[in-house]
Amino acid sequence: MTGGDAIKRVPTGINGFDQIALGGLPACRSTLVSGTTGSGKTLFAVEFLARGITTFDEPGVFVTFEETSADIRRNSASLGFTIDRWEGAGKWAFVDVSASLGEEESAVGAYDFGALLSRVGHAVRRTGARRVAVDSLGSIFLRFADVGIVRHELARIAGALEELGVTSVVTAERPEEYDGVTRYGVEEFVFDNVMILRNVLRRQRRSRTIEIVKFRGAQHRTGEWVFTIDGREGIVVVPIAFLASRETASSARVSSGNAELDRMCGGGFFRDGIVLVSGPSGAGKTLTGLAFTAAGVAAGERCLHWSFDETREQLVRNAGGWNLDLAAMEASGLLRIVSGYPEAASLEDHFLEIRRAVEEFAPARLVVDPLSALERVASPKALLDFVLALTAILRRREITTLYVSAPGGRFTPVDPPVIAGLVDISIMFRYTERDDEIRRAIAVLQSRGSAHDHRIRDVTIDGTGMHIGEGMRNGTPDGAK
Amino acid sequence: MTVYSFRLYVAGKTERSQTAEVNLRFLCDSRLPGGYEVEIVDASERPDLAEDGRILATPTVVRLAPLPQRRVIGDLSDHGRAAVALGLPAADELPPDRR
Repeated sequence: MTGGDAIKRVPTGINGFDQIALGGLPACRSTLVSGTTGSGKTLFAVEFLARGITTFDEPGVFVTFEETSADIRRNSASLGFTIDRWEGAGKWAFVDVSASLGEEESAVGAYDFGALLSRVGHAVRRTGARRVAVDSLGSIFLRFADVGIVRHELARIAGALEELGVTSVVTAERPEEYDGVTRYGVEEFVFDNVMILRNVLRRQRRSRTIEIVKFRGAQHRTGEWVFTIDGREGIVVVPIAFLASRETASSARVSSGNAELDRMCGGGFFRDGIVLVSGPSGAGKTLTGLAFTAAGVAAGERCLHWSFDETREQLVRNAGGWNLDLAAMEASGLLRIVSGYPEAASLEDHFLEIRRAVEEFAPARLVVDPLSALERVASPKALLDFVLALTAILRRREITTLYVSAPGGRFTPVDPPVIAGLVDISIMFRYTERDDEIRRAIAVLQSRGSAHDHRIRDVTIDGTGMHIGEGMRNGTPDGAK
Repeated sequence: MTVYSFRLYVAGKTERSQTAEVNLRFLCDSRLPGGYEVEIVDASERPDLAEDGRILATPTVVRLAPLPQRRVIGDLSDHGRAAVALGLPAADELPPDRR
Protein backbone atom coordinates (compact mmCIF):
# COMPACT_ATOMS: atom_id res chain seq x y z
CA MET A 1 0.00 0.00 0.00
CA THR A 2 1.03 3.60 -0.19
CA GLY A 3 3.50 4.65 2.44
CA GLY A 4 3.09 8.39 2.19
CA ASP A 5 3.74 8.93 5.87
CA ALA A 6 6.17 7.78 8.50
CA ILE A 7 3.62 6.10 10.77
CA LYS A 8 4.08 2.35 10.76
CA ARG A 9 0.94 0.29 10.28
CA VAL A 10 -0.38 -2.90 11.73
CA PRO A 11 -2.61 -4.69 9.24
CA THR A 12 -5.77 -5.80 11.02
CA GLY A 13 -6.49 -8.66 8.64
CA ILE A 14 -10.13 -7.57 8.60
CA ASN A 15 -11.52 -8.02 5.07
CA GLY A 16 -11.07 -4.78 3.16
CA PHE A 17 -10.36 -2.60 6.18
CA ASP A 18 -6.63 -2.35 5.67
CA GLN A 19 -7.21 -0.98 2.19
CA ILE A 20 -9.21 2.00 3.45
CA ALA A 21 -6.76 2.46 6.31
CA LEU A 22 -3.92 2.45 3.77
CA GLY A 23 -2.16 -0.45 5.39
CA GLY A 24 -3.78 -0.83 8.79
CA LEU A 25 -4.01 0.79 12.18
CA PRO A 26 -1.20 3.08 13.34
CA ALA A 27 1.30 0.77 15.04
CA CYS A 28 1.82 0.95 18.79
CA ARG A 29 -1.03 3.42 19.15
CA SER A 30 -4.59 3.26 20.43
CA THR A 31 -7.50 3.69 18.06
CA LEU A 32 -10.97 4.57 19.30
CA VAL A 33 -13.78 2.71 17.55
CA SER A 34 -17.07 4.43 18.24
CA GLY A 35 -20.54 3.21 17.33
CA THR A 36 -24.14 2.80 18.43
CA THR A 37 -25.46 -0.42 19.91
CA GLY A 38 -25.35 -3.13 17.26
CA SER A 39 -22.94 -1.29 15.00
CA GLY A 40 -20.35 -4.06 15.12
CA LYS A 41 -17.86 -2.54 17.58
CA THR A 42 -17.37 -5.67 19.61
CA LEU A 43 -16.97 -7.76 16.48
CA PHE A 44 -14.35 -5.33 15.18
CA ALA A 45 -12.47 -5.64 18.47
CA VAL A 46 -12.73 -9.44 18.46
CA GLU A 47 -11.68 -9.72 14.83
CA PHE A 48 -8.74 -7.41 15.33
CA LEU A 49 -7.33 -9.90 17.82
CA ALA A 50 -8.51 -13.05 16.06
CA ARG A 51 -7.05 -12.07 12.68
CA GLY A 52 -3.89 -11.09 14.49
CA ILE A 53 -3.56 -14.65 15.73
CA THR A 54 -4.72 -16.51 12.64
CA THR A 55 -3.08 -14.33 10.00
CA PHE A 56 -0.06 -12.78 11.65
CA ASP A 57 0.61 -15.06 14.65
CA GLU A 58 0.42 -12.08 16.99
CA PRO A 59 -1.01 -12.83 20.45
CA GLY A 60 -3.66 -10.53 21.89
CA VAL A 61 -5.34 -9.44 25.10
CA PHE A 62 -9.05 -8.72 25.25
CA VAL A 63 -10.25 -6.41 28.01
CA THR A 64 -14.01 -6.76 28.34
CA PHE A 65 -16.16 -4.38 30.34
CA GLU A 66 -19.58 -5.37 29.13
CA GLU A 67 -19.97 -8.90 27.87
CA THR A 68 -18.48 -11.68 29.93
CA SER A 69 -15.55 -13.56 28.49
CA ALA A 70 -17.83 -16.61 28.24
CA ASP A 71 -20.27 -14.65 26.03
CA ILE A 72 -17.48 -13.50 23.76
CA ARG A 73 -16.09 -17.01 23.41
CA ARG A 74 -19.52 -18.34 22.52
CA ASN A 75 -20.48 -15.54 20.12
CA SER A 76 -17.20 -15.78 18.26
CA ALA A 77 -17.30 -19.52 17.75
CA SER A 78 -19.66 -19.24 14.76
CA LEU A 79 -16.98 -17.29 12.90
CA GLY A 80 -14.54 -20.09 13.46
CA PHE A 81 -12.65 -18.19 16.16
CA THR A 82 -11.53 -20.86 18.62
CA ILE A 83 -10.79 -18.48 21.44
CA ASP A 84 -10.71 -21.17 24.10
CA ARG A 85 -8.04 -23.04 22.17
CA TRP A 86 -6.03 -19.86 21.70
CA GLU A 87 -6.28 -19.23 25.42
CA GLY A 88 -4.96 -22.72 26.04
CA ALA A 89 -2.07 -22.02 23.67
CA GLY A 90 -1.27 -18.78 25.47
CA LYS A 91 -2.11 -16.62 22.47
CA TRP A 92 -5.25 -14.98 23.77
CA ALA A 93 -5.95 -13.69 27.28
CA PHE A 94 -9.03 -12.07 28.71
CA VAL A 95 -8.99 -9.35 31.29
CA ASP A 96 -12.60 -9.71 32.34
CA VAL A 97 -13.84 -6.63 34.13
CA SER A 98 -17.46 -7.39 33.34
CA ALA A 99 -18.28 -9.60 36.30
CA SER A 100 -17.43 -6.95 38.85
CA LEU A 101 -19.80 -4.48 37.29
CA GLY A 102 -22.88 -5.85 38.97
CA GLU A 103 -21.39 -5.70 42.41
CA GLU A 104 -22.31 -3.03 44.85
CA GLU A 105 -19.43 -0.64 45.15
CA SER A 106 -19.15 2.80 46.60
CA ALA A 107 -16.54 5.45 46.01
CA VAL A 108 -15.02 7.44 48.85
CA GLY A 109 -12.17 9.76 47.97
CA ALA A 110 -9.69 9.70 45.12
CA TYR A 111 -8.97 6.65 42.98
CA ASP A 112 -7.50 5.66 39.65
CA PHE A 113 -7.43 2.63 37.35
CA GLY A 114 -4.04 1.46 38.44
CA ALA A 115 -5.22 -2.10 39.10
CA LEU A 116 -6.68 -2.37 35.63
CA LEU A 117 -3.42 -1.23 34.08
CA SER A 118 -1.50 -3.73 36.18
CA ARG A 119 -3.80 -6.53 35.08
CA VAL A 120 -3.55 -5.55 31.41
CA GLY A 121 0.21 -5.22 31.66
CA HIS A 122 0.41 -8.62 33.31
CA ALA A 123 -1.69 -10.25 30.59
CA VAL A 124 0.33 -8.58 27.84
CA ARG A 125 3.62 -9.78 29.29
CA ARG A 126 2.28 -13.26 29.98
CA THR A 127 1.12 -13.79 26.37
CA GLY A 128 3.68 -11.63 24.60
CA ALA A 129 0.70 -9.76 23.14
CA ARG A 130 1.14 -7.37 20.23
CA ARG A 131 -2.51 -6.38 20.17
CA VAL A 132 -5.00 -5.28 22.80
CA ALA A 133 -8.74 -4.73 22.46
CA VAL A 134 -10.78 -2.85 25.07
CA ASP A 135 -14.58 -3.22 24.81
CA SER A 136 -16.26 -0.94 25.71
CA LEU A 137 -15.64 2.29 27.52
CA GLY A 138 -19.34 3.11 27.89
CA SER A 139 -19.74 1.04 31.02
CA ILE A 140 -16.76 2.61 32.74
CA PHE A 141 -18.57 5.95 32.52
CA LEU A 142 -21.75 4.48 33.93
CA ARG A 143 -19.85 3.03 36.80
CA PHE A 144 -17.63 5.96 37.63
CA ALA A 145 -19.65 9.11 37.73
CA ASP A 146 -16.77 11.53 37.81
CA VAL A 147 -16.18 12.42 34.13
CA GLY A 148 -13.07 14.38 35.06
CA ILE A 149 -11.44 11.33 36.62
CA VAL A 150 -12.53 9.10 33.78
CA ARG A 151 -11.12 11.42 31.16
CA HIS A 152 -7.84 11.64 33.00
CA GLU A 153 -7.74 7.88 33.43
CA LEU A 154 -8.57 7.24 29.78
CA ALA A 155 -5.58 9.29 28.77
CA ARG A 156 -3.54 7.23 31.21
CA ILE A 157 -4.86 3.96 29.84
CA ALA A 158 -4.16 5.03 26.26
CA GLY A 159 -0.69 6.14 27.31
CA ALA A 160 -0.05 2.92 29.20
CA LEU A 161 -1.12 0.82 26.22
CA GLU A 162 1.30 2.71 24.03
CA GLU A 163 4.06 2.25 26.60
CA LEU A 164 3.44 -1.48 26.49
CA GLY A 165 4.27 -1.27 22.80
CA VAL A 166 0.97 -2.80 21.71
CA THR A 167 -1.42 -1.68 19.00
CA SER A 168 -4.86 -1.33 20.50
CA VAL A 169 -8.50 -0.88 19.63
CA VAL A 170 -10.75 0.75 22.22
CA THR A 171 -14.49 0.82 21.63
CA ALA A 172 -16.96 3.42 22.88
CA GLU A 173 -20.70 3.97 22.74
CA ARG A 174 -22.45 6.59 20.66
CA PRO A 175 -25.99 7.55 21.63
CA GLU A 176 -27.20 7.94 18.05
CA GLU A 177 -25.97 8.24 14.50
CA TYR A 178 -24.68 11.55 13.20
CA ASP A 179 -24.62 13.26 16.58
CA GLY A 180 -21.20 13.58 18.11
CA VAL A 181 -18.56 10.93 18.14
CA THR A 182 -19.20 9.47 21.57
CA ARG A 183 -21.74 9.63 24.36
CA TYR A 184 -19.61 11.53 26.82
CA GLY A 185 -17.79 13.63 24.27
CA VAL A 186 -14.44 13.16 25.92
CA GLU A 187 -13.10 9.95 24.49
CA GLU A 188 -12.35 11.36 21.06
CA PHE A 189 -10.10 14.03 22.54
CA VAL A 190 -8.04 11.47 24.34
CA PHE A 191 -7.33 9.33 21.31
CA ASP A 192 -5.21 10.31 18.34
CA ASN A 193 -7.02 7.86 16.09
CA VAL A 194 -10.79 7.69 15.81
CA MET A 195 -13.13 5.58 13.68
CA ILE A 196 -16.93 5.43 13.57
CA LEU A 197 -19.05 2.41 12.74
CA ARG A 198 -22.60 3.22 11.62
CA ASN A 199 -25.74 1.19 11.20
CA VAL A 200 -28.43 3.28 9.51
CA LEU A 201 -31.53 2.93 7.40
CA ARG A 202 -31.02 4.09 3.83
CA ARG A 203 -33.58 3.60 1.13
CA GLN A 204 -35.53 1.37 3.53
CA ARG A 205 -32.51 -0.85 4.00
CA ARG A 206 -30.05 -1.36 6.78
CA SER A 207 -26.71 -0.06 5.76
CA ARG A 208 -23.51 -0.45 7.71
CA THR A 209 -20.64 1.92 7.11
CA ILE A 210 -17.21 2.50 8.53
CA GLU A 211 -15.44 5.84 8.56
CA ILE A 212 -11.97 6.79 9.69
CA VAL A 213 -12.37 10.20 11.29
CA LYS A 214 -8.72 10.79 12.07
CA PHE A 215 -5.39 9.00 12.15
CA ARG A 216 -3.07 11.60 13.55
CA GLY A 217 -0.07 12.01 11.30
CA ALA A 218 -1.15 9.16 9.08
CA GLN A 219 -3.00 9.06 5.80
CA HIS A 220 -6.21 7.13 5.28
CA ARG A 221 -9.12 7.09 2.88
CA THR A 222 -11.94 9.42 3.81
CA GLY A 223 -15.69 9.02 3.76
CA GLU A 224 -18.02 6.23 4.73
CA TRP A 225 -17.38 2.77 3.36
CA VAL A 226 -20.07 0.17 3.20
CA PHE A 227 -19.43 -3.03 5.08
CA THR A 228 -21.41 -6.11 5.92
CA ILE A 229 -21.22 -8.63 8.71
CA ASP A 230 -21.10 -12.03 7.15
CA GLY A 231 -21.95 -15.13 9.11
CA ARG A 232 -18.81 -16.87 7.97
CA GLU A 233 -16.33 -14.12 7.17
CA GLY A 234 -17.12 -11.50 9.78
CA ILE A 235 -16.65 -7.87 8.81
CA VAL A 236 -16.23 -7.33 5.08
CA VAL A 237 -15.69 -3.82 3.78
CA VAL A 238 -17.22 -4.57 0.46
CA PRO A 239 -16.11 -2.72 -2.61
CA ILE A 240 -12.63 -1.83 -1.69
CA ALA A 241 -11.74 -5.25 -0.44
CA PHE A 242 -11.36 -6.66 -3.86
CA LEU A 243 -10.02 -3.89 -6.00
CA ALA A 244 -6.76 -4.82 -7.59
CA SER A 245 -4.93 -3.65 -10.60
CA ARG A 246 -5.09 -5.81 -13.66
CA GLU A 247 -1.69 -7.29 -14.05
CA THR A 248 -2.10 -9.43 -17.11
CA ALA A 249 -4.59 -9.50 -19.90
CA SER A 250 -5.58 -12.64 -21.67
CA SER A 251 -5.26 -12.81 -25.42
CA ALA A 252 -7.11 -16.13 -25.68
CA ARG A 253 -10.56 -15.96 -27.24
CA VAL A 254 -13.73 -17.83 -26.40
CA SER A 255 -16.92 -18.13 -28.38
CA SER A 256 -20.00 -16.09 -27.57
CA GLY A 257 -22.16 -18.98 -28.70
CA ASN A 258 -23.05 -17.24 -31.92
CA ALA A 259 -20.55 -17.46 -34.78
CA GLU A 260 -21.68 -14.23 -36.38
CA LEU A 261 -21.51 -12.33 -33.08
CA ASP A 262 -17.98 -13.71 -32.62
CA ARG A 263 -17.05 -12.21 -35.99
CA MET A 264 -18.63 -8.89 -35.07
CA CYS A 265 -16.47 -8.74 -31.95
CA GLY A 266 -13.27 -9.45 -33.85
CA GLY A 267 -13.12 -13.20 -33.20
CA GLY A 268 -15.02 -13.90 -29.98
CA PHE A 269 -14.62 -12.60 -26.44
CA PHE A 270 -11.28 -12.41 -24.64
CA ARG A 271 -11.14 -15.06 -21.95
CA ASP A 272 -10.89 -12.48 -19.16
CA GLY A 273 -13.33 -10.19 -20.92
CA ILE A 274 -16.31 -8.45 -19.40
CA VAL A 275 -19.24 -8.14 -21.79
CA LEU A 276 -22.23 -5.89 -21.36
CA VAL A 277 -25.41 -6.74 -23.25
CA SER A 278 -28.07 -4.06 -23.09
CA GLY A 279 -31.36 -3.38 -24.73
CA PRO A 280 -35.10 -3.39 -24.28
CA SER A 281 -37.22 -6.26 -23.08
CA GLY A 282 -37.63 -9.14 -25.53
CA ALA A 283 -34.88 -8.00 -27.87
CA GLY A 284 -32.63 -11.01 -27.31
CA LYS A 285 -30.49 -10.26 -24.26
CA THR A 286 -31.42 -13.30 -22.22
CA LEU A 287 -31.07 -15.53 -25.28
CA THR A 288 -27.59 -14.11 -25.86
CA GLY A 289 -26.70 -14.93 -22.29
CA LEU A 290 -28.06 -18.45 -22.53
CA ALA A 291 -26.25 -19.09 -25.83
CA PHE A 292 -23.05 -17.88 -24.20
CA THR A 293 -23.59 -20.29 -21.31
CA ALA A 294 -24.46 -23.16 -23.66
CA ALA A 295 -21.32 -22.56 -25.71
CA GLY A 296 -19.28 -22.79 -22.53
CA VAL A 297 -20.86 -26.07 -21.52
CA ALA A 298 -20.36 -27.42 -25.06
CA ALA A 299 -16.67 -26.55 -24.76
CA GLY A 300 -16.48 -28.43 -21.46
CA GLU A 301 -16.29 -25.26 -19.35
CA ARG A 302 -18.04 -24.71 -16.06
CA CYS A 303 -20.69 -22.01 -16.30
CA LEU A 304 -22.42 -20.05 -13.55
CA HIS A 305 -25.71 -18.50 -14.61
CA TRP A 306 -27.04 -15.93 -12.14
CA SER A 307 -30.63 -15.00 -12.79
CA PHE A 308 -32.43 -12.15 -11.08
CA ASP A 309 -36.19 -11.84 -11.44
CA GLU A 310 -36.63 -15.17 -13.27
CA THR A 311 -36.83 -18.46 -11.45
CA ARG A 312 -34.78 -21.42 -12.55
CA GLU A 313 -37.97 -23.05 -13.90
CA GLN A 314 -38.83 -20.03 -16.02
CA LEU A 315 -35.32 -19.90 -17.34
CA VAL A 316 -35.25 -23.61 -18.20
CA ARG A 317 -38.59 -23.30 -19.98
CA ASN A 318 -37.55 -20.24 -21.97
CA ALA A 319 -34.29 -21.87 -22.96
CA GLY A 320 -36.22 -24.92 -24.12
CA GLY A 321 -38.07 -22.69 -26.57
CA TRP A 322 -34.72 -21.96 -28.21
CA ASN A 323 -33.67 -25.57 -28.24
CA LEU A 324 -31.31 -25.25 -25.29
CA ASP A 325 -31.60 -28.03 -22.69
CA LEU A 326 -30.45 -26.42 -19.44
CA ALA A 327 -31.52 -29.37 -17.29
CA ALA A 328 -29.20 -31.66 -19.22
CA MET A 329 -26.39 -29.14 -18.87
CA GLU A 330 -26.97 -29.00 -15.11
CA ALA A 331 -26.96 -32.79 -14.99
CA SER A 332 -23.55 -32.79 -16.64
CA GLY A 333 -22.23 -30.83 -13.67
CA LEU A 334 -20.93 -28.04 -15.86
CA LEU A 335 -23.83 -25.65 -15.32
CA ARG A 336 -25.00 -24.09 -12.10
CA ILE A 337 -28.07 -21.87 -12.17
CA VAL A 338 -28.71 -19.55 -9.25
CA SER A 339 -31.86 -17.49 -9.21
CA GLY A 340 -33.11 -15.00 -6.71
CA TYR A 341 -34.77 -11.67 -6.28
CA PRO A 342 -32.65 -8.60 -5.62
CA GLU A 343 -34.91 -7.60 -2.73
CA ALA A 344 -34.13 -10.81 -0.89
CA ALA A 345 -30.81 -9.50 0.37
CA SER A 346 -28.65 -6.41 0.56
CA LEU A 347 -26.24 -5.56 -2.22
CA GLU A 348 -23.31 -6.50 -0.03
CA ASP A 349 -24.82 -9.89 0.65
CA HIS A 350 -25.51 -10.49 -3.03
CA PHE A 351 -21.90 -9.65 -3.67
CA LEU A 352 -20.66 -12.14 -1.10
CA GLU A 353 -23.01 -14.80 -2.40
CA ILE A 354 -21.79 -14.41 -5.97
CA ARG A 355 -18.19 -14.31 -4.87
CA ARG A 356 -18.63 -17.42 -2.77
CA ALA A 357 -20.27 -19.27 -5.68
CA VAL A 358 -17.44 -18.17 -7.93
CA GLU A 359 -14.88 -19.51 -5.47
CA GLU A 360 -16.69 -22.76 -4.82
CA PHE A 361 -17.85 -23.61 -8.32
CA ALA A 362 -14.84 -22.09 -10.08
CA PRO A 363 -16.65 -21.33 -13.33
CA ALA A 364 -14.98 -20.32 -16.57
CA ARG A 365 -18.02 -18.26 -17.53
CA LEU A 366 -20.49 -16.17 -15.60
CA VAL A 367 -23.77 -14.59 -16.71
CA VAL A 368 -25.62 -12.09 -14.52
CA ASP A 369 -29.08 -11.48 -15.96
CA PRO A 370 -30.03 -8.75 -15.42
CA LEU A 371 -27.43 -6.88 -13.46
CA SER A 372 -29.64 -3.81 -13.64
CA ALA A 373 -32.20 -5.49 -11.34
CA LEU A 374 -29.87 -4.61 -8.48
CA GLU A 375 -30.62 -0.95 -9.05
CA ARG A 376 -33.76 -1.55 -7.06
CA VAL A 377 -31.79 -2.22 -3.89
CA ALA A 378 -28.77 0.02 -4.21
CA SER A 379 -27.68 3.57 -4.77
CA PRO A 380 -25.85 4.36 -8.02
CA LYS A 381 -22.55 4.75 -6.18
CA ALA A 382 -22.97 1.50 -4.30
CA LEU A 383 -23.88 -0.38 -7.47
CA LEU A 384 -20.91 1.01 -9.32
CA ASP A 385 -18.65 -0.09 -6.47
CA PHE A 386 -20.31 -3.49 -6.59
CA VAL A 387 -19.60 -3.91 -10.29
CA LEU A 388 -16.04 -2.66 -9.91
CA ALA A 389 -15.33 -5.09 -7.11
CA LEU A 390 -17.02 -8.04 -8.77
CA THR A 391 -15.27 -7.31 -12.04
CA ALA A 392 -11.91 -7.23 -10.31
CA ILE A 393 -12.49 -10.71 -8.90
CA LEU A 394 -13.70 -12.08 -12.21
CA ARG A 395 -10.77 -10.69 -14.15
CA ARG A 396 -8.27 -12.08 -11.71
CA ARG A 397 -9.80 -15.50 -12.21
CA GLU A 398 -10.10 -15.03 -15.97
CA ILE A 399 -13.81 -15.68 -15.90
CA THR A 400 -15.50 -14.58 -19.09
CA THR A 401 -18.45 -12.59 -17.90
CA LEU A 402 -21.62 -11.39 -19.52
CA TYR A 403 -23.67 -8.75 -17.73
CA VAL A 404 -27.19 -8.08 -18.97
CA SER A 405 -28.73 -4.66 -18.51
CA ALA A 406 -32.41 -3.90 -18.99
CA PRO A 407 -33.92 -0.71 -20.40
CA GLY A 408 -33.69 2.33 -18.24
CA GLY A 409 -30.83 0.61 -16.51
CA ARG A 410 -27.98 2.69 -15.44
CA PHE A 411 -25.65 0.39 -17.28
CA THR A 412 -27.50 0.73 -20.52
CA PRO A 413 -25.30 2.87 -22.69
CA VAL A 414 -27.24 6.06 -22.30
CA ASP A 415 -24.37 7.28 -20.25
CA PRO A 416 -21.26 5.83 -21.88
CA PRO A 417 -18.70 7.22 -19.43
CA VAL A 418 -20.18 5.12 -16.62
CA ILE A 419 -19.72 1.84 -18.38
CA ALA A 420 -16.83 2.63 -20.69
CA GLY A 421 -14.26 1.88 -18.06
CA LEU A 422 -15.96 -1.22 -16.78
CA VAL A 423 -16.46 -3.47 -19.75
CA ASP A 424 -14.43 -4.69 -22.67
CA ILE A 425 -17.25 -5.38 -25.06
CA SER A 426 -20.53 -3.54 -25.22
CA ILE A 427 -23.33 -5.10 -27.25
CA MET A 428 -26.59 -3.28 -27.78
CA PHE A 429 -29.94 -4.56 -28.91
CA ARG A 430 -32.75 -2.35 -30.04
CA TYR A 431 -35.96 -2.33 -32.00
CA THR A 432 -36.10 -0.52 -35.30
CA GLU A 433 -38.91 0.25 -37.65
CA ARG A 434 -38.46 -0.90 -41.19
CA ASP A 435 -41.18 -0.61 -43.78
CA ASP A 436 -44.23 -1.80 -41.91
CA GLU A 437 -42.67 -3.92 -39.22
CA ILE A 438 -40.66 -3.74 -36.03
CA ARG A 439 -37.33 -5.51 -36.38
CA ARG A 440 -34.61 -6.38 -33.94
CA ALA A 441 -31.15 -5.01 -34.46
CA ILE A 442 -27.79 -5.65 -32.85
CA ALA A 443 -24.62 -3.58 -32.77
CA VAL A 444 -21.24 -3.89 -31.09
CA LEU A 445 -20.53 -0.49 -29.56
CA GLN A 446 -17.06 -1.24 -28.39
CA SER A 447 -14.66 -4.14 -28.34
CA ARG A 448 -11.55 -3.24 -26.47
CA GLY A 449 -8.31 -4.56 -27.84
CA SER A 450 -9.62 -5.62 -31.20
CA ALA A 451 -11.32 -4.36 -34.32
CA HIS A 452 -15.05 -4.86 -34.44
CA ASP A 453 -17.95 -4.61 -36.83
CA HIS A 454 -19.37 -1.10 -36.73
CA ARG A 455 -22.54 -1.96 -38.61
CA ILE A 456 -25.98 -2.26 -37.14
CA ARG A 457 -27.09 -5.76 -38.05
CA ASP A 458 -30.49 -7.28 -38.48
CA VAL A 459 -31.48 -9.98 -35.97
CA THR A 460 -34.07 -12.72 -36.16
CA ILE A 461 -34.94 -15.15 -33.42
CA ASP A 462 -36.61 -18.51 -33.95
CA GLY A 463 -36.81 -21.94 -32.35
CA THR A 464 -33.15 -22.59 -33.06
CA GLY A 465 -31.84 -19.41 -31.58
CA MET A 466 -30.59 -16.06 -32.79
CA HIS A 467 -29.52 -15.30 -36.32
CA ILE A 468 -27.62 -12.20 -37.26
CA GLY A 469 -28.30 -10.96 -40.74
CA GLU A 470 -26.77 -8.30 -42.92
CA GLY A 471 -26.36 -4.65 -42.13
CA MET A 472 -29.58 -2.68 -42.15
CA ARG A 473 -29.22 -0.41 -45.12
CA ASN A 474 -32.78 0.73 -45.14
CA GLY A 475 -33.36 1.17 -41.51
CA THR A 476 -30.99 3.10 -39.29
CA PRO A 477 -31.54 2.87 -35.54
CA ASP A 478 -33.27 6.20 -35.80
CA GLY A 479 -35.79 4.77 -38.23
CA ALA A 480 -34.78 7.30 -40.87
CA LYS A 481 -34.66 6.13 -44.44
CA MET B 1 -16.91 -10.72 68.94
CA THR B 2 -17.02 -10.07 65.25
CA VAL B 3 -13.62 -10.18 63.60
CA TYR B 4 -13.26 -7.80 60.71
CA SER B 5 -10.99 -8.72 57.83
CA PHE B 6 -10.04 -6.39 55.01
CA ARG B 7 -7.95 -6.59 51.90
CA LEU B 8 -6.68 -3.33 50.51
CA TYR B 9 -5.63 -3.33 46.87
CA VAL B 10 -3.30 -0.54 45.82
CA ALA B 11 -1.20 0.08 42.71
CA GLY B 12 2.38 0.94 43.55
CA LYS B 13 3.78 2.72 46.56
CA THR B 14 2.17 6.00 45.75
CA GLU B 15 0.96 8.75 48.01
CA ARG B 16 -2.59 7.68 47.27
CA SER B 17 -1.82 4.12 48.31
CA GLN B 18 -0.35 5.29 51.57
CA THR B 19 -3.24 7.65 52.25
CA ALA B 20 -5.69 4.81 51.77
CA GLU B 21 -3.80 2.52 54.13
CA VAL B 22 -3.47 5.20 56.80
CA ASN B 23 -7.18 6.03 56.56
CA LEU B 24 -8.20 2.38 56.70
CA ARG B 25 -6.05 1.67 59.75
CA PHE B 26 -7.27 4.80 61.47
CA LEU B 27 -10.89 3.80 60.92
CA CYS B 28 -10.25 0.26 62.15
CA ASP B 29 -8.31 1.38 65.19
CA SER B 30 -11.04 3.80 66.19
CA ARG B 31 -14.08 1.72 65.34
CA LEU B 32 -13.09 -1.89 65.78
CA PRO B 33 -11.91 -2.43 69.32
CA GLY B 34 -12.45 -6.17 68.95
CA GLY B 35 -9.62 -6.42 66.47
CA TYR B 36 -9.24 -6.61 62.76
CA GLU B 37 -6.99 -7.87 59.99
CA VAL B 38 -5.74 -5.83 57.06
CA GLU B 39 -3.91 -7.38 54.13
CA ILE B 40 -2.30 -5.11 51.58
CA VAL B 41 -2.07 -6.28 47.97
CA ASP B 42 -0.02 -4.24 45.56
CA ALA B 43 -1.55 -4.84 42.12
CA SER B 44 1.60 -3.70 40.36
CA GLU B 45 3.54 -6.51 42.10
CA ARG B 46 0.77 -9.09 42.18
CA PRO B 47 -1.42 -8.42 39.13
CA ASP B 48 -2.58 -12.04 39.36
CA LEU B 49 -4.20 -11.32 42.74
CA ALA B 50 -5.84 -8.21 41.33
CA GLU B 51 -7.09 -10.41 38.50
CA ASP B 52 -8.47 -12.98 40.95
CA GLY B 53 -10.15 -10.24 42.93
CA ARG B 54 -11.47 -8.63 39.75
CA ILE B 55 -10.12 -5.29 40.84
CA LEU B 56 -10.43 -2.42 38.41
CA ALA B 57 -9.82 0.77 40.39
CA THR B 58 -7.27 1.39 43.09
CA PRO B 59 -7.31 1.85 45.96
CA THR B 60 -10.07 -0.71 46.59
CA VAL B 61 -10.92 -2.06 50.01
CA VAL B 62 -12.74 -5.36 50.19
CA ARG B 63 -14.32 -6.33 53.47
CA LEU B 64 -13.82 -10.08 53.45
CA ALA B 65 -15.43 -10.70 56.86
CA PRO B 66 -17.99 -10.50 58.17
CA LEU B 67 -20.04 -11.48 55.12
CA PRO B 68 -21.49 -10.14 52.92
CA GLN B 69 -18.44 -8.75 51.19
CA ARG B 70 -18.32 -5.03 50.66
CA ARG B 71 -16.18 -3.05 48.28
CA VAL B 72 -15.18 0.56 48.54
CA ILE B 73 -12.95 2.34 46.08
CA GLY B 74 -11.03 5.50 46.78
CA ASP B 75 -8.57 6.67 49.41
CA LEU B 76 -11.25 6.73 52.16
CA SER B 77 -10.50 10.36 52.93
CA ASP B 78 -14.06 10.97 54.12
CA HIS B 79 -14.01 8.88 57.29
CA GLY B 80 -17.73 9.12 58.01
CA ARG B 81 -18.78 7.90 54.56
CA ALA B 82 -16.04 5.31 54.46
CA ALA B 83 -17.19 3.83 57.77
CA VAL B 84 -20.75 3.56 56.51
CA ALA B 85 -19.67 2.08 53.20
CA LEU B 86 -17.54 -0.53 54.95
CA GLY B 87 -20.30 -1.29 57.43
CA LEU B 88 -18.23 -0.37 60.49
CA PRO B 89 -20.01 0.16 63.82
CA ALA B 90 -21.21 3.74 64.21
CA ALA B 91 -19.23 5.94 66.57
CA ASP B 92 -22.04 6.05 69.18
CA GLU B 93 -22.13 2.26 69.41
CA LEU B 94 -18.63 2.27 70.75
CA PRO B 95 -17.69 2.30 74.46
CA PRO B 96 -17.61 5.90 75.76
CA ASP B 97 -13.85 5.98 76.13
CA ARG B 98 -13.33 5.30 72.45
CA ARG B 99 -15.70 7.87 71.06
